[in-house]
Amino acid sequence: MSLLHTIETGLRSLLGHRLRSVLTTLGILFGVAAVIATVGIGQASSDSVTARISSLGTNLLTITPGSTFAGGVFGGGGSANTLTMSDVTGLLDHQNAPDIQAVAPVVQGRENLVSAASNWSTTVSGSTADWLTANSRTMSSGIFISTADVSKRTQVIVLGATTALNLGAGVGDLITVKQIPFQVIGILTSTGSQGFGNQDDLAVVPITTAQGELVGGVGSVQRILLSATSQSTIGSAYLEADQLLLQTHHIANPSQADFSITTSTQVLSTAQAVTQTLTILLASVAAISLLVGGIGVMNIMLVSVTERTGEIGLRKALGATPGDLFRQFVIEAGTLTAVGGLMGVGTGLAAGYIVPRTANIAVTITPLPVLVAVAVAVVVGLVFGVYPALRAARLAPIEALRAQ
Amino acid sequence: MPVAGADRRYVDELIRLESITKIYGSGDAAVVALSDFSLTVASGELLAVMGPSGSGKSTLMNILGCLDTPTSGRYWFAGEDVSRLNETELAHVRNRKIGFVFQQFHLLPKLSAWRNVELPLLYRNAEDRRNLALQALDQVGLRNRIDHRPTQLSGGQQQRVAIARALVTNPDLILADEPTGNLDTASSRDVLAVLRELNEEGRTIIVITHDPEVAPVARRTVAVRDGRLVHEVAA
Repeated sequence: MSLLHTIETGLRSLLGHRLRSVLTTLGILFGVAAVIATVGIGQASSDSVTARISSLGTNLLTITPGSTFAGGVFGGGGSANTLTMSDVTGLLDHQNAPDIQAVAPVVQGRENLVSAASNWSTTVSGSTADWLTANSRTMSSGIFISTADVSKRTQVIVLGATTALNLGAGVGDLITVKQIPFQVIGILTSTGSQGFGNQDDLAVVPITTAQGELVGGVGSVQRILLSATSQSTIGSAYLEADQLLLQTHHIANPSQADFSITTSTQVLSTAQAVTQTLTILLASVAAISLLVGGIGVMNIMLVSVTERTGEIGLRKALGATPGDLFRQFVIEAGTLTAVGGLMGVGTGLAAGYIVPRTANIAVTITPLPVLVAVAVAVVVGLVFGVYPALRAARLAPIEALRAQ
Repeated sequence: MPVAGADRRYVDELIRLESITKIYGSGDAAVVALSDFSLTVASGELLAVMGPSGSGKSTLMNILGCLDTPTSGRYWFAGEDVSRLNETELAHVRNRKIGFVFQQFHLLPKLSAWRNVELPLLYRNAEDRRNLALQALDQVGLRNRIDHRPTQLSGGQQQRVAIARALVTNPDLILADEPTGNLDTASSRDVLAVLRELNEEGRTIIVITHDPEVAPVARRTVAVRDGRLVHEVAA
């Protein structure tokens, strides 16, 4: 039998069982659509994490308190505040650390800000004038905290764009934090970031004020932000900071350092690894649903072979070879999955269009996962179609004829 | 014997069964369905094979129809030894040389009469299938029923569609297995008349049956009992 006639025969028989064919197709449809949508969501969140971290500045280094070792007992990372304001002074020494451009110590807490019009809870950082440079940020209005503000412990505050909007506060307004009045002296330019770790929802006060009035712990620092003079000097800035801190902390063995330094590149690759893992996880779940769809196809094809035993017997008696019947049933299974796969692509693309507009979840659809999903669907159909088709091809004609 | 002799034998003798034995199962469970069975059928014959159920006539029909192969012995069909062919080769022999008529008609319910008749032509990639199918339906007197589904036809009409399907490939042999088994008396006569008519046009037909009505229509009748040929009756 020619391939064209085999296809025609297969299609006719699928059309003969319309409802069953459609239901079988649905399994594949949802599998493919799920793969496309989840990979799209994963891709989008990976892109946004990358963009967010890149916006922090690629020449940024962060020093955090490391594990401590005292009296033979290890404390976990961050278990003690080992960083101090004198570390900051040491790092600012351009003689010993020529590749470090800005040094911004940070203490941080979540506080409720109250303005005349509203109130808003956000992260309040205490820092120095270098915070702006270290984070590669700019002012949209007003001025940032000055060195004088830090030394005089003034009660001034700089707001992120989102925070200012939510408080309804502008430059010159008074807001209170823990009943302490602060004057708004500047608003930061928006970075356009959203969601978790929003760079526009924050407030900055002089570190001395924060230590004294808000967070507490005079002289100690939660972390230190450094920026290298350029992206190419990150490596040497890292070494200089490491050397200086080991010296000032009197640590001979670098493996016992009570601080750790991370670069934004490291953070970026970690974050990317995390989102990648999540994407793989989601896509695996979706792929399993595709597999289940494939098993559905096999199930229906087996039912079909059993139900059509008489027809198979007749076709054999009339001269259908085992190859003819094998091809017919594989084509039927392949058609079910190919149609399901294409409709799944349509559904997946539709989801990629609708979801960002209704659920505020970004979806980035790239051609590769679409192609892979369809290819996998067709392969699944053919693989799961082979066994039922072999059953059909191997039926003895006399047995099959007797079945009816 | 010279080659010319072999050719002549082919013309006269369509079928030669030589000591065919068919055993189902093995060991203690072995059932001998046909035992040392020999038979020749000439071209143009209308042969009735009679026998009660369990006599081995179904097995004979399966072997004659190349639906099954014998355990031992040889089966010559149109000068070719078909007793040792594989499944695909047997399928080709069935498609090109044999037309089947079954007791249960075995028409596909979703296909119209002419689509049913067309089926064997699909397996040989024939051209002009619709015309050939219509000619065959014409021969069995169903020209005006070509687009009817089997369910819209009477039993006798369905069996005539099945005969048209057997005819459409212009086969060397038409093999009918209890063709009247599911029909009333009038329809049976109708179907037997069609078979007789086809035989008069020169077709070789073997009818396997236990219906005594069939025997008088046949030109020769053989009886099978316990897997053996017991006697031949010339009509």
